[in-house]
Amino acid sequence: MSDAHPAKEIAGSSPTEPLVEVSHLSRFYGPLQAVKDVSFAIRSGEVLGFLGPNGAGKTTTMQILSGNLAPSAGTVRIAGHDMLADPRAAKRQIGYLPEQPPLYRELTVDEFLDYCAALNRIPRPARRDAREAAKDKCGLRDSGRRLIGNLSKGYQQRVGIAQAIIHLPPLVVLDEPTVGLDPIQIREIRALIRELGKTHGVILSTHILPEVQAVCDHVQIINRGELVLNESITGLERHLKSASLTIAFHHPPAVATLESLPGVTSIKTESEGRLHVFHDIERNPTESIIRLAAEQGWGLYEIRPGRLSLEQLFVELTTDDAAAQDTGT
Amino acid sequence: MIATIALRELRTMFLSPLAWTVLAVVQLILGFLFLANVEIYQVYQPQLLALEQAPGVTEVVVPDLFGNAAVVLLLVVPLLTMRLIAEERRNRTLPLLMSAPVSMTEIVLGKYVGVLLFLLTVLVLVGLMPLSLLIGGGLDFGLLASALLGLALLLASFTAVGLFMSTLTQHPTVAAIATFGALLLFYILDWSGQGASSGNLLAYFSLFNHYKPFLEGIFSTTDAIYHVLLSTTFVVLSIRRLDADRLGA
Repeated sequence: MSDAHPAKEIAGSSPTEPLVEVSHLSRFYGPLQAVKDVSFAIRSGEVLGFLGPNGAGKTTTMQILSGNLAPSAGTVRIAGHDMLADPRAAKRQIGYLPEQPPLYRELTVDEFLDYCAALNRIPRPARRDAREAAKDKCGLRDSGRRLIGNLSKGYQQRVGIAQAIIHLPPLVVLDEPTVGLDPIQIREIRALIRELGKTHGVILSTHILPEVQAVCDHVQIINRGELVLNESITGLERHLKSASLTIAFHHPPAVATLESLPGVTSIKTESEGRLHVFHDIERNPTESIIRLAAEQGWGLYEIRPGRLSLEQLFVELTTDDAAAQDTGT
Repeated sequence: MIATIALRELRTMFLSPLAWTVLAVVQLILGFLFLANVEIYQVYQPQLLALEQAPGVTEVVVPDLFGNAAVVLLLVVPLLTMRLIAEERRNRTLPLLMSAPVSMTEIVLGKYVGVLLFLLTVLVLVGLMPLSLLIGGGLDFGLLASALLGLALLLASFTAVGLFMSTLTQHPTVAAIATFGALLLFYILDWSGQGASSGNLLAYFSLFNHYKPFLEGIFSTTDAIYHVLLSTTFVVLSIRRLDADRLGA
C-alpha cells in the first residue's frame, strides 16, 4: 500500500519539482469572473500566505485547489497529478480545511477522525496510529471521546485541522483557519501551522496581515481575482523598506537645519519633537543626524528606519489599480 | 469506500432519535394492522373452511400487510432521505467528501446504500410478523418471499427518488416534501384513466401497479426491472446533480 503514504513518495521526488502548479486559473460565476488568470507554484516545506480583501477570490481559489470547484479555465497540478484528469490521485495529496470546518457534530472526535482516515484510504490497521498522531499534533489528545458538537470553536477548528492532516498529505490547504478564535487559540493555531510548514507544503488563506508575517515564507496578494503580488517574505521586506527615518527629539532643532543635511529630501513633522525625514536611498543621513544631535544637545531619544507596514502595502496594492500593475509583474 | 460512507450514514441515523422513532412507529402501526388482519382471518375461518379452494392465512394476511406497509413507508422514506445531501450542504460538510479521494459515484452510492441498509432492518421487522404465525400453523413461503422482494424493490425506488430530491436543495424539509409529492404522484398515477382500455400509459408508470403483482405472488421480471430502472435513473441523476454543483455557476 505505497499509496497510503503519499508524504513519503513526495519526499523521494526531486526537490525542484513544485508541489502545486497552478497555471492560468480562471473561474466564472455567471458573468462574474471571480478568479482571473492566476498562476503560481509552491514547493514542499513552504508556507504560502494567500492574502486578499473579502470577496477577492481567495476562497474560490482554495476550493479549486481542493477539487471542490472546477475551474472555468486553467490547470491545477498537485504533486504531478492533474486535478481534473486524475482527481483521485490529486486529492490524495491534499488536506483541506474550508472556511467553516466540515464536522459532523453528532460524532465524537475519534469517530470522526477514523471516518476521515477511512475516506482518505488509510489502510485499516494504520488508522488508529494516524488518528492518534493527528490528535497529538493538534493538541486533541484528551478530547478523543468528546462529541464534536460540544467542543468550543477553537477545538472544533483543531479537529478541522486534524482532519486535514490525518493522511499526511504533502499539501495542506487552510482557508482562514484562525477566524473567530481568541488570541491564545490564534497563537496556538499559528504555531501549529508553522510546525506543519516544516514537513508539508501549506497554503494559508487569510485577510489578517500579521498572520502572514508571522507564519509564511511566501506571500501572494489577490485582489478582484488577480494576483497583484507574489513574493517571498525576504522579497517582501524589500518592498516594505522605504527611504525614511522616524526621529524624536526632546529639544528639536529648526526644520531647516535638518533639511540642509546631505541626502535629506523632505521633512514631515508628526507632533512636537517627532518627525519623519525622507532621504535619498543612496545617502542615508542617520549618522550625521546622530552626530549633530550629540554635538548640539537636541536630546535625541528615538531614531529608526521607517517601514511600510504590510498593511500599507496591502492597501496600496488592493486599492490602487495602477500601483497594482506596477508591482504585480 | 461505498461501505465506509454507507456505514457512517447508518450510524448517524441511529445516533439521532430519528431511526429509533421510525422503527418504533412503523412497527407499532404495522403490528396493529397485522393483528387486525389475523383477527379477520380468525372470524371468517369457519366460512373459509367450507370453500373449495379457500385462501390460506398467508393470502389473507400478507398482501394486506405489505400493501399497508408500502403506504406507511411512503410517508416515512422522505423523512429518512431528506437529510442525505441537503443537510451536508446546509452544514457545509460536503467539502469533506468532495476533497477526499472519493468519486462522486461512491459518495452517492454510499449514501444510497446507507439508507437501504436501514430500510432492510424495517423489512426484516415487517417480515417477522407473518413469520410469527409459524407458531400456530404453516405459511405460503413463496408468497411471503415475493411480497418481501416486492417491498424491497419498492423501497429502493422510494430511496432513489428521495436521494435525488435531497441533492436539489439545502433545506431538508423541502427535500422531504418534494419526495413525498413525487412518490405519491408515482403511486397514484393509475388513478387517472381508470375507465380507459388496458393500454393506459400513466397506469403503466404507476409504482403501485408494479408492486401489486408481487403481493399476489407473481414475480414478473418486467416489474422488477421497472424498479431497478427507476432506482438507477434517480441515482445517476443524483450523481450528475452533485457533479453539476462542482462545475456549477
